[in-house]
Parts: sequence; C-alpha cells; structure tokens
Amino acid sequence: MQPNQFHSLAFSFAFYFFGLTAIASAIAFVTRKSPVAAAMWLVNVMFALAGLYVMLDAQFMATMQVLVYTGAIMVVFLFVIMLLNLGHPSEIADSRGKWGKIFALFIGLAMLAEVMALNRSNTIDRIIPADLAAKAAEAAATPLAGGVIGPIAAPLFKEYLLAFELTSVLLLAAIVGAVVLGKRRTDAR
Amino acid sequence: MTHTLPFLLQVVDPQLPMSDGMFALVSLIKVAVVFGIYMGCVAYTTFLERRVAAWIQDRHGPNRVGPQGIFQVLADGVKNFMKEETLPGGASKVLFILAPALAFIPAMLTWAVIPFASPLPIPGVGLVDMVVADLPVGFLFTLAIGSLGVYGITIAGWSSNNKYALLGGLRASAQMISYEIAMGMSTVCVLLLAGNVHLNTIIMQQASQGWNVALLTMAFFIFAVAALAETNRVPFDLPEAESELVAGYHAEYSSMRYSMFPIAEYANIITSSSLMIALFFGGWDIPFTQWDNLPPWTITKTLLTMGLYVGKVIFFVFTFIWLRWTLPRFRYDQLMAIGWKVLLPMALVYITAVASAVLGLDAAGLARGSYAFRGAMLGMNVVFVVLVFWVLDRGRIVSPAFSRVERERIAKLRDVSARSDLLSGKGA
Repeated sequence: MQPNQFHSLAFSFAFYFFGLTAIASAIAFVTRKSPVAAAMWLVNVMFALAGLYVMLDAQFMATMQVLVYTGAIMVVFLFVIMLLNLGHPSEIADSRGKWGKIFALFIGLAMLAEVMALNRSNTIDRIIPADLAAKAAEAAATPLAGGVIGPIAAPLFKEYLLAFELTSVLLLAAIVGAVVLGKRRTDAR
Repeated sequence: MTHTLPFLLQVVDPQLPMSDGMFALVSLIKVAVVFGIYMGCVAYTTFLERRVAAWIQDRHGPNRVGPQGIFQVLADGVKNFMKEETLPGGASKVLFILAPALAFIPAMLTWAVIPFASPLPIPGVGLVDMVVADLPVGFLFTLAIGSLGVYGITIAGWSSNNKYALLGGLRASAQMISYEIAMGMSTVCVLLLAGNVHLNTIIMQQASQGWNVALLTMAFFIFAVAALAETNRVPFDLPEAESELVAGYHAEYSSMRYSMFPIAEYANIITSSSLMIALFFGGWDIPFTQWDNLPPWTITKTLLTMGLYVGKVIFFVFTFIWLRWTLPRFRYDQLMAIGWKVLLPMALVYITAVASAVLGLDAAGLARGSYAFRGAMLGMNVVFVVLVFWVLDRGRIVSPAFSRVERERIAKLRDVSARSDLLSGKGA
C-alpha cells in the first residue's frame, strides 16, 4: 500500500492517542491508592500498548497482549486483590517513605537518560546483524502462508523449538510448585 | 484539497477492492448500520426469550403490547429509563457506574470481525466486504475481547459494597477464566485444518472442504459448552444464582444501569452463536454448492448468503434459550470440575488426535480437500463422538433417567431417604 497524507495523518493521530493514553494511565496506576483502581489503570496501559503494537503491524502481538495480560493475568490480579480485601485505601500506608521515593525518581531519570542516549547513538544498528534487517525487509515484502500467525509459528516450532520446549517445562515446574505450596498449607491446619 | 477529492469521484470497477478514502467512508456506514441492526436484534432476543420461555412452560408470556406483544421491548425500554437510579452506600462510585459499560462494550465489539455475507459489489464504490472490520487476527480478536467481558461483572460485584455481589463477581472471574482455556483449546483444531485464524479464510476452507462441525464435532461440542459458560446463562449462571446470592453481581443495580447487564448477556448470545457458525457451520456458506463462494460477486449472492446466515443465527439463539429453560443449574464444584477435569483434558486429547491425523494424512499424500482426506477425518470423528458420548452418558442422559436403575439402587435410595426422615424427626 502506498503511504500518502491520509495514512500519515491517521498514523500520527493514533500514535499520540495510544502513547499519551499509555503514559497517563501508567502515572495514574502508580499514584492511585485503591488497589482495584490501580489494577484497572494498569489494564488501560496494556490496552494502549496493544494499540501501539497494531500500529507496528504486529497484530498477533497486540492480540496476545490483550488475551494474556489484560484478559487473564490482570483478571487473576483483581481476583486476588478482592479476595485479600485490603481494607479502605486510606488505611494502607505507603511503605516506601520519602527516601525511597527520591531513590525511585533517580532510577527513573537514569533509565530515561539511557533510552534517550541509545536513541541518539547508532549502537542498536551495530548490535543488530546487517543481514537481519535485510531478512526482515524481505519477509515484509513477501506474504507468507498462514496469515499473521505463520511467520511467528514457523520459527517458534522449527528454529527455536528447544527454547520453546524449555520454557514450557519451566512453566510446568512453576505450576507444580504452586500446587505443592498450596497443598502444604492445608495439611498444616 | 486537490488530491483528496478525486478518489471519491473516480469510476471504480465494483469487482475490485475500494480505494482508501472510500474504505474509510464505507467503514463508518457499516459501523452505523450494523450497530443499529445488532442492537435491534439484541432487544428482540429478550422478547424471544420471554415468549419461548412461556411456550416451554405452557403459558402465554408478554402478549399485550401490540400484536402478539411485539412492542413489549419498547415498553421495557421506557420503563427502565423512568426508574430511579440508586447508588448503594459505601460503593466505589466511578467503578460502579463504569461496570455496566465494561460488561456491554466487549460483548458488542466482538461482533466486528464476524463476516455475515459474501462481498457486495457496489457500482462506483468497489467491492465491500460484508464484515465490519476484516482483521487478519480473526477469531483471536474475538477471544481477546471476549476475555474482557469478565471485568464488567467482577468490577460490578466489587464496587457494589455488598457481600452477595462480591461473591457473584468472584465466581464469574473464576468461571470465565476456566472456560476460556477450554474454548481456546477447541479452536486449535479448527486452526489445524484451516491453517489460518482469519475468519473469511476459515469460512472459505469450510466451503471447499466441508463444514467443521462434521469433521471436528468434539471441538464444536467443547466450544459450545464453553460459550454457554462464557455467557453466564443457565446451567452456568452461578454468578447470579438467585436462590443463593440474591441476584449476584447486579444485586445493587437498578434502572438502565441494571438493564445493561441483560443487554450484554443477549449480545454475548448473538456473538457466541455467530462465532460458532463462522468456525464450525461454514459462516455464510451455502452448503453443497460452490456457486456462492466464487466471483463474480453479485447482490443476489450477498442477499442469499446473508439470509441463510441470519437463519443459522436464529437457530443457535433459540437453542441457547431452549437450554436455559430445560436444564437445572450446576453446583459450583461441578462447574469447576467440568471445566478443568472434563473439557480441558478432552480438548487436549482431541488436539493431539486431530494433529496426528492431519500429519498422517498429509504424509500419506492425500490432498486436504480430497474425498479420502475428508472421509478419514469423518471416520475418526464418528469414533470419537460415539466413545465420548458413551462415557458421558453412563446410561442416564440419552436413555431415560428411570430406565436402567437397578432394584438394589432404588432400595438403597429409599433407605437413605427413610433415614433422613428419622433424623429430621418427620419419620417418628
């Protein structure tokens, strides 16, 4: 598709809309005292990020962002927050204190400076192998079988199969661990 | 302005895709038209539910407002708007007001990716796809947005500051997460045959190779049960269970805010039906003919496929209502056991079986659309269906409930009831 004025206008509008939503929601997420409200703002951040992924032509990533993070993990977060029933927001003390906040501010500024420095330098271009960019351009030009999921599924189940299987074993170990911990507590009672 | 106008005026071949500007314009019109028709259908589904319920229970149902009661929906709407909106003390105000919208919007958004007819050629405009948003991620989008519906219910339960509502909300979140997994697993089988998640591609694959319901009946069965659980209707209406939790998550709601929850439920019914049709019943495909799936596209083809599609949706909506007024509610532990111990293992075994079969048939050199391939898949499917229903039935469901109970078992049950009479003092 040939980019034109209409495209670039729509693109920049969507970029600023999702970007500003993500930043504003993230600020609201760390400043809200009610855990449920904070969780809902985090859901909003995830959503805005999904929007940004779609703009990068990563529709599958965007869908997984919504399906896994927003639809499953955050629901479980909310579930736990509601079960714990943390009392009224005003009763929850901020455990971090003044010095903790100042320390966090400096870490945040340092990371922001790092991102800006990386953006200005050409380090990323040097890290990424030259043929990878060519490969990506080639892949983008030729439509693959399997729609949007084919290009992700093929390397995942061919080139990186071992890493994929190891990750699944790790997750299985985590599940078994959770079951063991859950069982032990009921036996002690 | 000079280069923004001409694309609106140029003459376009109706068999070719639209230009960008036309696409934006047509999309806006499609959103407006489909939203209007969809909301009308949702409203009339509530009316259909009340009339079918009355018919099943051998009574009249609402038949006073207009001929056969068809204006009952409007009367209900006016009534809901006129009622007082209440806000319970200690409720979290913003979330309490936000929750009905959170329940309602995902139910509606999901419908955006479902194709409902063959493409419509409009002279001077181009070929208009009969789907609001033809996303390449297809049914993954519906699963993703569908998984957000739980927020509305959970937040409604929590923000009401009512223990029954909170219990309803917690039940809803546990239930919907459990059944989403089985639902996602059952769609993997469809993916194995179609090789794509794009819904129009899946429909075209079914049009040429036969509907998935014939080749993947178990996947359809799992998907249908999970979809029924996702809509929170009887027999899975544990979140509102009126005999245990007053009205569950919407106990504190009144007026139009309450009304949003039933609207979301009926919207979910229509969306689930549409998704089942798209994945397993060939979408807008007319069976036993290829005439409707091939260009050149005509208005006749669009109207016929849309008509058949609407017929399929009405059938599934009716089935949802029929189930609600036929089955009793599950107990909470039964609900969780069915989700995790029956549907999920069944889906995993079925995925393995279908994947092995497809791999074996591909290795044997059979083409995907050939009669041998379809016959082999159908044969495997029949074996699975017979096995599973023989296990699930255990001589109770398909055969009448009273037919195979042995004499000893009846004696035992009588003994138990006699003893419970003694315990409660009635038998003395």
